[in-house]
Amino acid sequence: MDRATSLAGLALLTAFASGQAAGGELRDLHYGEAVFEAHQGRYFEALQRLDTELAQYHGLDEPSLDSLTPHLGSAEFSVGDFELNYRMHHRAGRAIQRVLEADVEDAVRNEAAYRLARIHFQKDQLEEALAALGRIRGDVPKAIRDDIEFLRANVYLAQGRAGAAVSALRDLPVGADLTGFAAYNLGIALLQDGQLAEAVEQLDEAGRIGSSDEATQGIRDKANLVLGSLLFELGQFDRAEQTLDRVRLEGPFSNQALLRAGWSEASVERFDRALVPWKLLLDRDQTDAAVQEALLAVPQAYASLDAHGRAALLFGQALESYGVQIERVDASIDSIRDGRFLEALVREEIRQSKDWVIRLRSLPESPETFYLMQLMASHDFQTALQNYLDLEDLRSKLLSWQSSFDAFEDVIRVRGEYYDPRLPEVDADFRELDARMRTRLEQRRHLATRLQGLLTAPQPELLATEEERVTSERLSALAAQLTNSGSPEALALLPRLARLQGVVTWQVRTQYHERLTAAHTHLAELVEHVDALAKQHHAFVRSRQAATHGYLGYDRQIEQLRKRVGTALARLDLVMGRQGHLIETVAVRELKGRRERLVSLQTQARYAVADSYDRAVGAQQIGQVQ
Amino acid sequence: MIRSQHSSSVLQQAINRTGWSLGLALIFAAAPSWSASDSDRQQMKSLDEQVQEIKSDVLGIAAELSQLEEKLLYPSGTQVAVFVALEHGDPLRLDAVRLSINGQPVAHYIYSFKELDALRAGGVQRLYVGNLPSGEHRLEVQVNGKQDGGQDYTRTQEFTFSKGIEPELVGLTISGGAPVTLGNW
Repeated sequence: MDRATSLAGLALLTAFASGQAAGGELRDLHYGEAVFEAHQGRYFEALQRLDTELAQYHGLDEPSLDSLTPHLGSAEFSVGDFELNYRMHHRAGRAIQRVLEADVEDAVRNEAAYRLARIHFQKDQLEEALAALGRIRGDVPKAIRDDIEFLRANVYLAQGRAGAAVSALRDLPVGADLTGFAAYNLGIALLQDGQLAEAVEQLDEAGRIGSSDEATQGIRDKANLVLGSLLFELGQFDRAEQTLDRVRLEGPFSNQALLRAGWSEASVERFDRALVPWKLLLDRDQTDAAVQEALLAVPQAYASLDAHGRAALLFGQALESYGVQIERVDASIDSIRDGRFLEALVREEIRQSKDWVIRLRSLPESPETFYLMQLMASHDFQTALQNYLDLEDLRSKLLSWQSSFDAFEDVIRVRGEYYDPRLPEVDADFRELDARMRTRLEQRRHLATRLQGLLTAPQPELLATEEERVTSERLSALAAQLTNSGSPEALALLPRLARLQGVVTWQVRTQYHERLTAAHTHLAELVEHVDALAKQHHAFVRSRQAATHGYLGYDRQIEQLRKRVGTALARLDLVMGRQGHLIETVAVRELKGRRERLVSLQTQARYAVADSYDRAVGAQQIGQVQ
Repeated sequence: MIRSQHSSSVLQQAINRTGWSLGLALIFAAAPSWSASDSDRQQMKSLDEQVQEIKSDVLGIAAELSQLEEKLLYPSGTQVAVFVALEHGDPLRLDAVRLSINGQPVAHYIYSFKELDALRAGGVQRLYVGNLPSGEHRLEVQVNGKQDGGQDYTRTQEFTFSKGIEPELVGLTISGGAPVTLGNW
């Protein structure tokens, strides 16, 4: 079956990740970043972000507390989606398989199964595609209901099970997106199933679908072209011509339709009417295969109308045109062999444009890509081209990383030169300050222990002021002196000393509780200061560690990464060379095919010119005789 | 599906003869659709698998490299990143965002349509990443754009945020109908 058509019909990448993200409040910045990149078609960057985020998430001790948790299901799904868009089918398949095996809602699992089926279908793994579709059950998202059945029908068609495809397509509730494609594919399925009359009817229906959508108009044109060709084969030339007339003049199938419309008229010997579509073709691009055939068909029609002079003239023009085209094809082949095709493909300014394939033609010395349009539009060649472009992007990345290693090493060297002479001095100062700090912290701890002890075993003298302690000690010393002197005057003073000592004791004991409270308050204040000091201490330790981490321990990692980048680059260059060579070989082969055909047309034109001149001269002589 | 065939020989016969009895092959003469030969397809498949392996390998390198870069250039103790998101469903056409931290301009970004679409679809942009010491910092945000009705929209707002010992991720949510909101994500 026509893969391009079926894939176009299936082209409904619903951007699951964005839908999830947009549907609810996104609380994970890194997942949001991945969505931001993916929506700009930067799937490599999206995968890089999301892979890192998921790896970190799965390494957490308590992942349930992470902001990714509410989005985990859609994030896991998005990985597969991004990989699919980045044409990493193997990894995408595995990612989607993981979603299928996880405990997820029906809607998510069914979407995953559908995507997995599509991957298998694209890889021609038809049984696996059907098995994946068979896993769809329960709640199916409305957005993909029709697509699932459409895909199922396409798989049946690819398997050659036309009857099953007919049933699947007939059961399909026609949605706006698939209207034309489903109708067309049903026509093809009926044709393959041998139901000719129904196929004609169905293709006729598909060829009359009204739509302003470009894709639907395209498939409508294709239905009309196929039906027109089929009717021609059945000998229904008038109806064939009417059907081909429905193909839009500005559409991609217009040239083929005009050529075939002309053949329909010519088949019933209405050469004058055949000239109408064929002459329209003569004004179109001479590199088109239909136009090239018309160059020969028009003079032949004139010859059939006995206008041999005009026919000879037009055969001559065709001969000249074929010569020019052969030269252009030869130049294109040379251009491809000189590597200019691949050079043109990777030019950034060309790839920025949506119509980059067409814009290739405007580049000086690039090959005549119009000859390669059909080749370049084919699924297999597109994959090869995209792979080549992806490899070129990866190559740019790897080269840029390779140069960044030197910059990293420079940063590390500069940091080393700055820190190396300073850190020993800083460390020495820090050690001294650290020792003093630890002493004070020990004192504070001791004080706290003693105060705690006072709560259970009160010792008022421990809270005496300095003055009270000195006074008390002086009074005790005086009392001892007076007692030792033994004089009556001295002994008479002892009661006075005892009273004074009593005043001090009274003061210490009566103010004990207030003093204890004040001591605790002061200790608490000290704790605040100590905490601030500890914070400064920790900040210093962190900064000190950061200084070391800023330039030590990177050598091995950088060396390993440098090697990995080097190895990847070498491998990439090898594969890129092979990929490029294959693209060039296929393109050259295609151009050679076109050249052979042009040479064949040129030979026919050459004979026809001579034949027409003979007939024209003959007719002229007969006219003169008459 | 019906396949196109090449038919120049049929055309030759048609031209050489006076009649126009052409077979079906001629009908498809002008529509050669390319499809790879088995050998080409086999080679393409093999190369495709190798390309996928290279992609996987390069993604692994990219992940490790970005970790190295972050550790080296934006250590966790000083890292500050500012992210921008659009309020869900907001019709504002965001043109540009300017950021200043502590009075110093640090970012000025002009949005393309593609980027605006990505923001509208729920994407979050990392607008700025840099290093700041721990403590309080002042963030000034200026947003320029156009409202749904085409009127110019400009809003300037100031915020303060506190940088601790962990990396600080500041999220700004922009809306055409409400003040910019700041959240620590």
